[in-house]
Amino acid sequence: MTTEIVVLATEGEGTAPSLIRSEPEFPIYESTTGDWFALLKPRVMRLVVFTGLVGMLIAPGHLHPFLAAVAVLCIAIGAGAAGAINMWYERDIDALMRRTAKRPLPRGVIEPSEALGFGVTLAVGSVVVLGLATNIVAGAILAASIAFYVFVYTIWLKRRTPQNIVIGGAAGAFPPVIGWAAVTGHVGLLPMLLFAIVFCWTPPHFWAMSLYAHADYERAGVPMMPVVAGARSTRRQIVLYAAALLPLSLLPWLLGLTGRIYGVTAAVLGAAFLVSAILVWRDRQEADGRSLTGDKPARMCFRVSLVYLAALFAAIAVDRLLA
Amino acid sequence: MSEHPDYLSRAQSVSIGRKRRGRNVILLLMLVALIALFFGLSVVKLSRPQQHEPSTQNPI
Repeated sequence: MTTEIVVLATEGEGTAPSLIRSEPEFPIYESTTGDWFALLKPRVMRLVVFTGLVGMLIAPGHLHPFLAAVAVLCIAIGAGAAGAINMWYERDIDALMRRTAKRPLPRGVIEPSEALGFGVTLAVGSVVVLGLATNIVAGAILAASIAFYVFVYTIWLKRRTPQNIVIGGAAGAFPPVIGWAAVTGHVGLLPMLLFAIVFCWTPPHFWAMSLYAHADYERAGVPMMPVVAGARSTRRQIVLYAAALLPLSLLPWLLGLTGRIYGVTAAVLGAAFLVSAILVWRDRQEADGRSLTGDKPARMCFRVSLVYLAALFAAIAVDRLLA
Repeated sequence: MSEHPDYLSRAQSVSIGRKRRGRNVILLLMLVALIALFFGLSVVKLSRPQQHEPSTQNPI
C-alpha cells in the first residue's frame, strides 16, 4: 500500500500556501542474518547436534577430526534445513500461534519461496557433503530423516492426527544413528536403542508443552493431544510414556552395551522424569483436566525432559569414553 | 493494487543497497567456506586410506 505525505508549506510572506508532494514512504521489510538463522530452528539444532555427536563418540572406529567436524556440521544443517522447510509449510498456522508468530515468515521479512529455496538447498547440500565426507549410509539416513520430518510429520501427520508427535518424533531420533553410521558405515544395536529412547521421549516432552500451550494449538487447528483427547487423557499418556522410557533407557546397560556409569545415571534420570510426569498427572485440575495451578508441573516436566535427554546422552558418552 | 512501490525514496534506496551488499558479502564468504570445505575433504580423503569401502583387490 502506498501512502503519500502531503505537506502544507508557505513560500514566503504574502504568498499563498502551496502543496508540496513529498516522496512516498513505504514500509520496506528486509531480512537480517539473524532471521535466516532463525529459519534453521537453532534450539532444535542444539539437541540434534549433541545427540549426533554422541552417536559418533560412542561408535567403534575412528574418524578423522576434520571429517567428524564436517559430519556434525552436516547433521546440524540437515536438521536446520528440515526446520526451514517446515516453517515454509506451516507459515499460515505459525501466524496464528503466539509461540511462533514472531518467526521470520509470519513477520513477512522473508518471502516464502526464498525460505523454501533456502531449506531445499541446504538439505541437498548437507546430504551430499555428508555422503562425500563419511559414507553413503550416513548420507542416506540424513536424507531419510529430512524427508520423514518434511513429508511424514509436517505435511501428512501434523494437521491430521493427535498421534502426529508420536510417529513424527522418529525424525528427531535419527541423529545418533547418523553419527554412528558416519563412523562405522553401518547401523548397530546401540544406535537403534538410542533411536528408540529419543522416539519414546518425544511424546511426553511435547505433550507437557502442549498442556500449557493448548490454546495456541486450538486457535491454529492443530490436533495436539490436549486439544483432541483432553488434558486428563494427555496427563495419563505422559505418565505411560515416561514409565515405558525407564526400562527402555536401561536396556543398553542390561544388554552389556554400556557400563555402570550409564546404567546408574539412566536409572536416576528415568526415575526423576517419571516423578515429574506423575506430578503432571496429579496436578490440581478441573473435571476436564485443565490445570488450576497454571500448569506448573507441566512446565517443570518439560524442563526436566530437556535435562533428562541431555544428561542421558552425556552419560553414555562418558561411559564409553572411560571404558 | 500492487503491494510493491513504484519507486523508492533516496533513504530507502541507500538502505536497500547497503543490505544487498551485506548479503552479497555473506554469500561470498559462504562460497569461500564451501571451497575450503571441499579442499579440506579432498586433502583428508587423499592422504588416508579408505576405511569403509570394500577392497577392490582380489583376495585370491
